[in-house]
Amino acid sequence: MRTDPTTGPALEIEHLRKTFGALRATDDVSLTIERGELHAVIGPNGAGKSTLITQICGELRPDSGHIRLDGVDVTRVPAFGRARLGLGRSFQITQLCGDFTVLENVLLSLEAKGGGSFDVFRDPRRNRAHRDVAMHWLDTVGLADFADRQASALSHGERRQLEIAVALARDPRVLLLDEPMAGMGAEESGKLARLLAGLKGRYSILLVEHDMDAVFALADRISVLVYGRVVFTGTAAEVRENPEVKAAYLGDWEC
Amino acid sequence: MTDARRPILFTLGVFAVLALLPAVFALTGWTSGMGLATRIVIYAIAVVALDLIIGYGAMVSFGHAMFFGVGGYVVAIVAHHTGLGELPFGGTNAAFIVWPLAILACAALGLVVGWLALKTTGVQFIMITLAFAQMVFFLLISVQVYGGDDGMMIDRRNTLPFVDIGRPLIFYYLCLLLLAVWLGFCRMFVNSRFGLVLQALRQSERRAVNLGIAPLSFRLATFVTSAMGTGLAGVLWANYARFVSPDMAAWTKSGEFMAMVVLGGLGTLTGPIVGAAAFVGLEELLSMWTEHWMIVMGPLLVIVALFRRRGLVGSLLGGDRAH
Amino acid sequence: MIFFLEQLLNGLQYGAMLFMLASGLTLIFGIMGVINLTHGSFYMVGAYGAAVVTAATGSVVLGAVAALAGAALYGTAVEIAVVRRLYGRDHLYQVLATFGLILFSNEAMALLAGRQPRFLEIPPLLSGSVHLLPGLDYPVIRLAFIAVGAAVAIGLWLLVNHTRLGMLIRAGADDREMVDALGVDIRRLYTIVFALGAVLCGIAGVMAAPLLAVEIGMGERILIAGFVVIVVGGVGSVRGALAGALLIGLVDGLGRAYLPQIIQSLLPPSIADTLAAGLVSASIYVIMALVLLVRPLGLFPVRS
Repeated sequence: MRTDPTTGPALEIEHLRKTFGALRATDDVSLTIERGELHAVIGPNGAGKSTLITQICGELRPDSGHIRLDGVDVTRVPAFGRARLGLGRSFQITQLCGDFTVLENVLLSLEAKGGGSFDVFRDPRRNRAHRDVAMHWLDTVGLADFADRQASALSHGERRQLEIAVALARDPRVLLLDEPMAGMGAEESGKLARLLAGLKGRYSILLVEHDMDAVFALADRISVLVYGRVVFTGTAAEVRENPEVKAAYLGDWEC
Repeated sequence: MTDARRPILFTLGVFAVLALLPAVFALTGWTSGMGLATRIVIYAIAVVALDLIIGYGAMVSFGHAMFFGVGGYVVAIVAHHTGLGELPFGGTNAAFIVWPLAILACAALGLVVGWLALKTTGVQFIMITLAFAQMVFFLLISVQVYGGDDGMMIDRRNTLPFVDIGRPLIFYYLCLLLLAVWLGFCRMFVNSRFGLVLQALRQSERRAVNLGIAPLSFRLATFVTSAMGTGLAGVLWANYARFVSPDMAAWTKSGEFMAMVVLGGLGTLTGPIVGAAAFVGLEELLSMWTEHWMIVMGPLLVIVALFRRRGLVGSLLGGDRAH
Repeated sequence: MIFFLEQLLNGLQYGAMLFMLASGLTLIFGIMGVINLTHGSFYMVGAYGAAVVTAATGSVVLGAVAALAGAALYGTAVEIAVVRRLYGRDHLYQVLATFGLILFSNEAMALLAGRQPRFLEIPPLLSGSVHLLPGLDYPVIRLAFIAVGAAVAIGLWLLVNHTRLGMLIRAGADDREMVDALGVDIRRLYTIVFALGAVLCGIAGVMAAPLLAVEIGMGERILIAGFVVIVVGGVGSVRGALAGALLIGLVDGLGRAYLPQIIQSLLPPSIADTLAAGLVSASIYVIMALVLLVRPLGLFPVRS
């Protein structure tokens, strides 16, 4: 889907640090997400995954280090600015507009892409082009039949699907997925894994996920985060064999 | 989803009733009815404006009476200086000059107050808007040239070409027309591309920001718009009563506006019109019965706040916000 | 210099009164999350209680007891009947419900006591002045009020930090579930805190009765000032309420003393007098706006 010939990595994180008092939540983290790569970050609870994500999307300022999006240094850019530069994300705890319909949630994503409009005359629901795009993505995630349903009436799994549609509709340069499968049943997460597999190669994705089956099946590369540090980065096979990772996890994910 | 036509039909019904009121008063010979109806319509303009920011923007302003007061005072002040012949070109009494001037003054005030107040949220936002309204209130009290706490009289209403708004009936229909236009604008406003973003910010600011929305500009623009609408109501009030006083900007007035919004139905735009009618009508009715009418009105507001969160007609209009 | 000291003491005395109101307001908001506009009504009930009962019995002590009991009873009734249902609700509805209660309280008081303002004679024990410094004689009653304010501040500090009730209050502000788990009836705790706030208002009302006219609507004037205090100090923080009360009290006191002089030197007297009065009344709101711009959560922010 991305056709522009920009070279270089999609997202670069260099020597990122963040401490809260004595706690080193992010300790010299460097990560690179290549164009079209699906890069997973795994780690035990409390490893600092959430802190890392909030720094990447701009909700939290790092103490030091740099974040580059498509080669542009965005370390000092606020969250809304990063979103406009093409960073899309889903939330671990779904953040949807519950009073809006499913379709309106996706239309909002399209409206917000350029920062939102001060047009007070036109109804965004009547924008055919946007509607078509929105319906395409709702169809992709399997929610087309629910377009007119109020978002708050969706089931847990459906909300997660909608989160993905909202993030995808704007054609993001980098997609951050924060535990998209959390709290899902086997059937639902299987469906979502197939959806992500379909996106693979077309998007640059950073996936934070607990579901190890999904991570090992999907990820091109995996970074292991322990106590705020990246202890290892490699392919699924390499991660499985790495003694340091095994030690850190103490058999946490024998699978 | 509720039947989409129901709110439209209900709104048309409300306006039909309001439009027929003068005929009813003429038939029944209830002479003070016209004044009552005019007050309802003027307050309705103010509370529709307030619903715009509370119901759709989740900005609970406890100081909106300041715009009501400033709108009114600009009319009175221009009239005062025109009467004394102190203004260049002999001043003016023309509505199409004075009224936009008053509304612009409210916009400027709204811009400053909104920009400062929107640095806070929650209880701090409520209190800082109240604080600014109190500043305006005490300023109005202390400016002796403009009557201090006695307020000031206005000799005659502003003038419009072709119609004589000095006549109560014509003035009433002018107010009603302005209410209809204002309501229509607000309806379009909340359903627009802008409104979509505004309402998204109310429901999940985090989501909106992570989609690329800078919240302040959207909220501020809405706050200013609302200030202008409330200012228009103040302008009409000054013309209706031919009198302004600091009480127009008192904090109790802000509280009453808020009560009318919730009474009618938060986040419905049409509901607050019913709320204004219920509040003003009840006040009139109760004060005919006893001077202590607030002893009934007070508990009534408590009951609405506790048990009828969606107001009198909110559920009918499919008002949002499930608290 | 003498003049300055006198104004400083006036500011301190007003600050002491504000603190009585503000400490209750801030506790109620910090623990129950409720914006309680009715708070000023408790103050009015206290002032009326003191004025009416003292006039009827001739005893200031009975008057003070009646004031505190009245405020406590009314506070408890309000909590049980209304405020209890407002916990966890949107601020808008809290404001609306307690606004309705103000209308009710004022009107009920007018029915009971009439609309004529009442005045309370300063009791003989507290009348007269003390010679503080050469050239500075200060009314005993105002000094007494500063002392009461200090005593209440110390008492509250002891209560919150060194008693079981205080521990529950602190725990309740931090973690509702934990208090529940301790087997404490949280509803009763809330009622007690609310009544405590009302009693503090009652004390302020007793203090106000000999200094100000006891009249309908007296509660709202000080209520709004009380809100300014807690917002300046940091909503939910008793320490903040103390700092805010002193700051606002001093700004008001010194503003009243010096602002008119400054304005008179700048403007013709015909405008200056009333303008100064207005600006003095507005000054505390200016301070609040300034503080919020620099520290949006107040001087002593409470973590959420």
